[in-house]
Amino acid sequence: MAERITFARTEEQTMLATTVRDFLEATVDMDTVREASLTENAFNREAWGGLVEMGLVGLHIPEQYGGAGFSFIETAIVFEELGRRVVPVPLLSSIMASAAILAAGSESQKEMLVPPIASGESTATLAVFEHAHDLDACATVANRVENGWSLTGTKRYVTDAPNADQFVVVASTDEGTRLFVVDASTAGVTIAPTPSLDATRPLGELGLEDVHVDSDACLSESDTTAAIRKALDVGVVALAQEQAGGAQRCLEMSVEYAKSRYQFGRAIGSFQAVKHMCADMLVAAEHAKSVATHAARTIDDADESAISVPLAKSVCSDAYIKAAGDTIQIHGGIGFTWEHDAHLYFKRAKSTALLLGSVNSYRDRLADAIGI
Amino acid sequence: MSSSDEATLVNKTIDTLLEQFPPAETEAKAFWAAQFDAGLAWVDFRIGDGGLGVSPSLRETVTRRLSEADAPIWNIAANLLGIGMGAGVLAAHGTEAQRKRWLRPMFLMEEIWCQMFSEPGAGSDVASLSMSAVRDGDEWILNGQKVWTTLAHISKWGMIVTRTDPDQPKHRGLTYFIVDMEAEGVDIRPLYQITGEAEFNEVFFDDVRVNDDQRIDDVGAGWGVAMTTLMNERVAIGGRIVPRNSGTIGAAMTLWNESGPSDIATRRELARLWAEVEAMRLTTLRAAENMQAGVPGPEGSTGKLTWAALNKEVTSFSVEMLGLDGATIPEGYSLEPTSYETREVERVMSPQRSFLRARANSIEGGTSQIMRNILGERVLGLPGEPRVDKDIPWKDVPRG
Repeated sequence: MAERITFARTEEQTMLATTVRDFLEATVDMDTVREASLTENAFNREAWGGLVEMGLVGLHIPEQYGGAGFSFIETAIVFEELGRRVVPVPLLSSIMASAAILAAGSESQKEMLVPPIASGESTATLAVFEHAHDLDACATVANRVENGWSLTGTKRYVTDAPNADQFVVVASTDEGTRLFVVDASTAGVTIAPTPSLDATRPLGELGLEDVHVDSDACLSESDTTAAIRKALDVGVVALAQEQAGGAQRCLEMSVEYAKSRYQFGRAIGSFQAVKHMCADMLVAAEHAKSVATHAARTIDDADESAISVPLAKSVCSDAYIKAAGDTIQIHGGIGFTWEHDAHLYFKRAKSTALLLGSVNSYRDRLADAIGI
Repeated sequence: MSSSDEATLVNKTIDTLLEQFPPAETEAKAFWAAQFDAGLAWVDFRIGDGGLGVSPSLRETVTRRLSEADAPIWNIAANLLGIGMGAGVLAAHGTEAQRKRWLRPMFLMEEIWCQMFSEPGAGSDVASLSMSAVRDGDEWILNGQKVWTTLAHISKWGMIVTRTDPDQPKHRGLTYFIVDMEAEGVDIRPLYQITGEAEFNEVFFDDVRVNDDQRIDDVGAGWGVAMTTLMNERVAIGGRIVPRNSGTIGAAMTLWNESGPSDIATRRELARLWAEVEAMRLTTLRAAENMQAGVPGPEGSTGKLTWAALNKEVTSFSVEMLGLDGATIPEGYSLEPTSYETREVERVMSPQRSFLRARANSIEGGTSQIMRNILGERVLGLPGEPRVDKDIPWKDVPRG
C-alpha cells in the first residue's frame, strides 16, 4: 500500500497564498525592509495592520479563543509568503506566545489571554533563553509573594521584544519551571533592544527586577516543559516555512538575474558553472518545501512531530543558507552591496538557523527520535 | 469511455483474471499469458497487444491489485528493458506484425530484452553515436561497438540505434532496429567495474545482418524512437517511493547501532544525512501526488540528482564509521574481477561495495552535470550553451 502523506493545497489554501502574496507585494516595498534593517525595533505596521485586518494573526487558533479555527497549514502558508519578502512583523512571536498559553494555561486563562493576541490587539512574545549555548539554563526566578509572584532575572534573545506588549516568561520556582505572563508596562520591567545580525527580526533583552504579577499570571501549577517545547516547535515549523519561502525567492532572483545579466556576450545563466548553482538551489528549495509542509501538517501528531520538526529545522536551515549565499555569488559585485536585496535574505537565513536553538541541537533531537 | 468506466472495466477484468487463475495455484508463465490475453499487461495498449485501450494511469491499479493478490509481477523487473521500455517503443512506433511478434513472448519472459544506445565514443552526447548500419537489399549490415548493456548476455532481442546517414547532422541520420542478440557477428563480453563485478556488457558488431522488417519506424527516424525509449525508462524507473529508513541510509543506521563510534559529531552527521535523505523521499512523495493530481512541478525532476549525491555521501560515511575496518575487505567479497557467470550469484552487500558502486550513481542514466543542465534549462528556463555541432554533418564533427 502506498504511503499516504498529503502535501497538496486545497483551492482555498491556494487562494489564501495568492491573497497574502498580492497584499505583501503591494504593501511591503523592499526599500522599506532595507531601511527597517537599520533600526532596533523593525516593525512594518502597515503590513501588520493588513494581516490583523485579514484575521491572519489568529488563523490557526481555535474559535473559542478568538481565532479563525483553521489548521496550522494555513498559518504556515502565511509564513511562506512573509519569508519571501523578509517582512518585519511579529507574527512568529505572537504564535509562539499564544501556543505557550494554549498549551499551559487553564481554561479561563486561555479565554482571557489568547483573544487579544489572536486579534492582534496585543503583541506578545515568548521569553525563554538566557544563555547563548545552554538553552535550558534558567536563572530567572519567581518567588511566591502575597497575592502572586515576584520575578527577577534577565531573558535574552527575545524575538520582537522591543515591540511587545506582553511576555510569556519562563522562570524557575521552588516547585519547578513555570510560565508567567508579564505586561511590558509592569513596574520593574525593562526592555533593551539587542543589535541583531538580522535586524528585520528585532531581538531584545527583557530585564525583570522584583516584578510583581498576580497569581493568575502563572499559567500552570504543574511542570511546563512540554508546553515550552510545544511553543518552540510551533516557532520552528513557522520558521521552516519562512525559510522555504525565502529560499524559493532567492532562487527566483538568481534565475532572473542569470537570464538578464550578460558577460562574454552571453547570458551568465548559459554558463554551466552558474546554471548548475541554480539547479542545486532549486533542489534545496524543493526539499525545504517538502519538509516544511510535512512539519506543518504533523505539528499536532506527537509521534511524527518528534521527527518532522527537527527534520524541518535541519533541512530548511541548510537550504536557505545555501540559497541565500549562492544568490550573492550569482549576482556578483552587486549582490554584495547594501542597495541590493540579497543581504537581507542572507542575514535572515543565518540568523533564523540560530534562532530557537542551534541546528545541531535539533539534529540531536532527530537522532533520538529515529533511534540512533 | 469515461475515466470511471475505464476504471470499472479494469477492475472487473482483474477480478475475472484472479478468479480464473488464482495466483496461488497458477504457474507464473500461465498467469502472465492469461494476464496478457486479458489486456492487463499494459492496460493502455491496444486490444490484442496486451492492453484494453484505457488510460495509462490505470497501470498503477493493475500493479497494486495484482501485488495485493500475491500474483507474479516480478517479470516487470526481470525483463525491465523489454516490459518497461521496449514495449512502449513497439506500441508507439511498431507495425502490427512487429507488435504481434514481440510483445507476448516479452511479457511471458520467454524472450529477454536489452537496450544498446551508449558507445565508447558517445556517452552524454548519445546522438553522436558511430555504430554504422549499411543497407544491402532487404538487409542491413551493422558494424561497431555498444557499451553499458545490461542483460545483453541473456537477452534474445536488443534495441539498437545506428547511424545510417553520416552526411546528416547527428540527430537526423539515425535509424532504430531490434536485433537478434544470438545472430552471427554479435560478440558479448562482460565489462568489469570498480566493484569487481560485471553488471554490464560490451557488445561488438562485426558485419551483423539484420532484416529490414526489424527496423522500427522510418530510416532516419531513430532519434525520435530513442526518445520514446528513454521516456518509457523514466516511467519505469523514476518516481519509486521507498519506505523510510530503507536502502543505504537504513544500512548506515544499523551499522551505527551495531558498531558505530558513538561520538556526538558522527551521530549528528548521521542525523543530518538522514534528514537529507528523508527530504528527498518526501519530495518524491510530493512529486507523485502532484503527478497524480495532474499538476507536475519541478519537484519531479530533482530525485535523480539528489539521490546520486546523497548515496555517495551516505555510503562514504558508512565506510568511515567502520574505522580501520573500512580499509579492509570483508569476508565473502572480493574486488577481483569475477568470472562471467559468477556475477549472477547474490552480491555481498558490504558497505565497501556500496561505497564503490555509488560512484556510478552520478554517471549512469544521465550524469549529474547533464541532470543539472536539464534542471537549469527545462525547469528554470536558463539559456543553453552555444552548440558547435548544430546543423553540421555528423561526419564533420570532431570526435574523440
